[in-house]
Amino acid sequence: MLDVGVALGRVVFVMMFVLNLGGLLTWVERKQSAIMQDRIGANRASILGFRIMGLFHPLADAIKMLTKEDFRPARADKFLFSLAPFVSVFFALVAFASIPFGDTLRIGEREFPLQAVTLNVGVLYVFAMLSLGVYGVMMAGWSSANNYALLGGQRAAALMISAEIAIGASIMGVIMVYGSLNLQDIVRGQGRLLLGWLPAWGIITQPLAFVLFLTAGIAATKRIPFDMPEGESEIIGYFVEYSGMKFGMFAMADFLETVVIAGMVTALFLGGWQVPWLLADGFHFPWGATVALPHPTVVALQVGSFVVKVCVMIFVMMLIRWTLPRFRYDQAMRLGWLGLFPLSILNIVLTGAFLLLVGGKAS
Amino acid sequence: MRLGQRFYLVEAVQGVLLTAGHFFRNMGAHVARALGSRTARGAVTIQYPEERRPYSPRLRSLHRLVRREDGSPRCVACMMCETVCPARCIYIVATEHPNPEIEKMPERFDIDLGKCVFCGYCVEACPEDAIRMDTGILEFSSYSRRGMIYTKEMLLSLEPVGPDGRPASPVPIPANRTV
Repeated sequence: MLDVGVALGRVVFVMMFVLNLGGLLTWVERKQSAIMQDRIGANRASILGFRIMGLFHPLADAIKMLTKEDFRPARADKFLFSLAPFVSVFFALVAFASIPFGDTLRIGEREFPLQAVTLNVGVLYVFAMLSLGVYGVMMAGWSSANNYALLGGQRAAALMISAEIAIGASIMGVIMVYGSLNLQDIVRGQGRLLLGWLPAWGIITQPLAFVLFLTAGIAATKRIPFDMPEGESEIIGYFVEYSGMKFGMFAMADFLETVVIAGMVTALFLGGWQVPWLLADGFHFPWGATVALPHPTVVALQVGSFVVKVCVMIFVMMLIRWTLPRFRYDQAMRLGWLGLFPLSILNIVLTGAFLLLVGGKAS
Repeated sequence: MRLGQRFYLVEAVQGVLLTAGHFFRNMGAHVARALGSRTARGAVTIQYPEERRPYSPRLRSLHRLVRREDGSPRCVACMMCETVCPARCIYIVATEHPNPEIEKMPERFDIDLGKCVFCGYCVEACPEDAIRMDTGILEFSSYSRRGMIYTKEMLLSLEPVGPDGRPASPVPIPANRTV
C-alpha cells in the first residue's frame, strides 16, 4: 500500500511539476519579456475584478484555444495530422521522468528514491524521448499537405540532428567524470567536494560542456534563437495548418521541453538536488561547523533546491530567448556542426586526458 | 569581425547581461512600488483607459458649443464657421433668438466628425468665441456614419478639459452606438 502510494506520489509530483510549470511559462514568458523591455505585460484578464498580475491570461488562452475551430485541411492525412501534436507533447512530458528531484526518502525502514522512474540509463532515456519529440514535428509538417509546413518540418529535423549530436557528445564528459549513466548517481557524485570546500558540480568540473549543452539544449527546444522550424512571423513553420488547441499543444510542447532541458542542466551541471555542504544528516561546513537536521528537513531542502535551480535555469533560458535574434538556417547548421560538435569532441579528449593523468574518476 | 565577435559567445553574454540588467532594475522598481514607493517606475507604460498622458492645451480635440449664462448657445448662427470649413462638415440652420439684442441663434448645429479634419478654422473664424475644441475628448469612434454626426444638444452638453488634463464630460459615444 505504501509502495503504491509513494510510487503514485512520485509520478504525480513530476507530472504536476512539469505540466504546471509548462503552463505557467506562458505567463512567465510574457511578464519576463515585458519587464526586460520596460513594459508591464499582459494584465487585463480579470475574474470578478481580480487581476493578480495577469495570472488569468494562461487560463483565458486555454479557453480561447479550446473553443476555437479545429480546422483540418481537406488533403491532410487525417490520422497523422491529429496525432502529431499529441506525440510532441507526450514525449516532452515523459522525458522528465528519470530526472531525480531528491535523494532517497526514508519512511520507517523503507527507502524510496525521489525520481519518477529509476533507470540505470536515465541520461539515454531523456535523450531518446527528446529525440522522439521531433517525430511529432515532422509528422505535423508532413501530414499537413502544405509545402511550407513540410519545409518547416524538414528544418526542424535538420536542427534536431545537429543539436542532438552536440547534446550527446557534450554529455560524454560529464558521464566520464561521474562514471555513470544513472542520473541519480551523477547527482550523488556532484555532492563531493573539490579541494575540501568547492562542491564538485558539473558546471565546475565541466564548464565547457555546460555551455555546449545549454546551447544545444536551447536548440532542442526549437525556441528563439533557434526557432527556424517555427518562425511564425515570416518563414512559416511546421504548424501553419494547425489551429485551436492542437496549435496550443505545439506551443505547450516547446515550454515542456524548456522545463526538461532546464531539469537536465540542473541534474547534470548544477548539482541536481544537492545543497552545498548538506549531507544526509545536516550541514557540514568546510570551516568545521556542523548543523544537524532531521531527515524530513533534509529531503525538503533537497527538493526545494532542485525546484529553485530548475526555475533559475528557466529564467536564464527565457533571458536568452528574449535577448538574441534568430539564427539563419545556415548559421544554425554551422553552429551545430562546426561549432558545438567539434568543441564537444575536444571536451571529451581533454576530459579523458585529464582523467588519465589524475587517475580514475575526477576529484 | 574581431575574434570575439566571430566566436559569438562573448557577444551573446554581453547581450544577456544588458537585458538582465534591465530586468533586475525594472523588477526592483516594481517591487519598490508594490511596497509603497510613489516615485519608483518599472515601466514606461501609460495604462491608457485608466491613465492618460497630459495633453497639450493647444490640442484640438472634440468640439463643443459654449453656452451663455442662461444656457442658450452663444452662437449667433453667422455661418462663418460653416463658410470657412475646408471639409464642409458643419451644417447650421438659423432661427430667431427670443432676445432681440442677439437676433439669431442656431436651430440646428451639426458637425459631421467623419468629415472633420480638425484644422481648427471654425474656432479661429468664430466672432463670438462660441465654438471651441478644448474638451480633451479623442474617443468618438462609431460603428456607423450617422453616429459620427454630433448635434447641437450634444455639442452644448460638453465641458472644457479639467485642470488635470482629463476630459470633464463623459466620453459621449458608447462604442455600440448605431445611430
